[in-house]
Amino acid sequence: MATIPEKIELQVVTPAKHILSEDVQSVELPGKDGYLGILPGHAPLLTELGAGILTFSKGGETRSMVVIDGFAEVLPNRVIVLADESEKVEDIDASKARAELEKAQHELPGAGASEEDWERANAAIARATVRVQAAEKTGSPARELQPTR
Amino acid sequence: MPTLLDYRRRIRSVKSTQQITRAMKFVAAAKLRRAQEGVFAARPYAKEILRVLRSAAARMEAPANPLLERREEKKILVLLVTGDRSLAGAFNTNVLRHATEFIRAHHVEKIEMITVGRKGRDYFKKRGVNPLAEYIDVSASVNIEKAREIAKRVADLYISGEVDAVYAVYNEFKNVMVQNLRAAKLLPIDPAVVKQSPEGEAQLTDEPADQAKDLPTEAAAEGKTRLIDYIYEQPVEQIFAGLLPRYLESEIFRVLLESAAAEHAARMTAMDSATRNASDLIRKLTLQMNKIRQAAITTEIIEIVSGASSATS
Repeated sequence: MATIPEKIELQVVTPAKHILSEDVQSVELPGKDGYLGILPGHAPLLTELGAGILTFSKGGETRSMVVIDGFAEVLPNRVIVLADESEKVEDIDASKARAELEKAQHELPGAGASEEDWERANAAIARATVRVQAAEKTGSPARELQPTR
Repeated sequence: MPTLLDYRRRIRSVKSTQQITRAMKFVAAAKLRRAQEGVFAARPYAKEILRVLRSAAARMEAPANPLLERREEKKILVLLVTGDRSLAGAFNTNVLRHATEFIRAHHVEKIEMITVGRKGRDYFKKRGVNPLAEYIDVSASVNIEKAREIAKRVADLYISGEVDAVYAVYNEFKNVMVQNLRAAKLLPIDPAVVKQSPEGEAQLTDEPADQAKDLPTEAAAEGKTRLIDYIYEQPVEQIFAGLLPRYLESEIFRVLLESAAAEHAARMTAMDSATRNASDLIRKLTLQMNKIRQAAITTEIIEIVSGASSATS
């Protein structure tokens, strides 16, 4: 029978940058329809991603990063995240994220002109919310968040 | 006959020009390095998205999407990528000439343009062509947001049927000395690109590759690599429809990055040869100046000697 690999090679890439490449024990992905927990030996899977927080554990240590939309391909020993935007939590500027959230919330009421504008404003809020939550991370682990969109 | 002072002035002016070209060369070299890093940094994503796209397409019976739809090419959109500034050697001239030739070679009902960079916009506006959209100051810092904006505009024009094909005319960065002119088709996305069975298709770990070798006939009969059965969180068509625009974005992003790198490379080479030409000129001028100085001294000596000899005799 299949031997279960011991670790997963996690790759996070965005169009502009190769963000992360690590061997990890487990990954939690912000799928579009809900969070997905991935352990080594997972069945091959392809999913769209929403805006959310990706957490992975490596040697007993848990780290997380923000992922905004995109795709993930899961293979038994490899997870490839093709994110539209992504950054490590430690790279997030909390005050900037908060300012963006405020701006996005402020713009929402006036964005009802067309459906597209409305959606864009909502997406901006979702993005900013995720960043703020990731930056604050005050005892609220990622799993309590609902993936937006 | 220029005097000594004229030469001194000339040399000083060439020297200050040389200082400028030398500075521009170093600036271009630094920017080139950054642009090249950008090109390299964008590669993993482009590679992975193409792989995922192909593996998704291979699992669909008939991959269909508005971006794949082929129509008779009656109206063509040219995405012309030039630089914003001159002093980059033949960089802008070459790509503009290439675009003009491309347009001449395509006898179609209508050719629309979208220009990236000041040079292309100005060139075609002067000739009475109004671009559908123009983007300037892109090459200074190419970012994915700009590429997305352009990709969206291009895709909308294509899907609405306003244009039947989209080509990108740009300079491709080959190496520091060489830029290749390209006219690449962006839309419709070539089904061959999508259909090609995924390169280096990931293999399931429980069946190592050497085991697959034991069954060459079966593999040959299938005519392609064995496909993994994926679990799709969303319908495969939906995933496919999300992948295609992102593939277009990453292609346009690559075009912009390549063009920016090529521009810096062209500018660096041009400024390098300008600096060298200035050195040659300075050397020649100094030589001539010295000749004149010597001639003046010689004349003076002769005058003194002949004056002295006439006095003594």
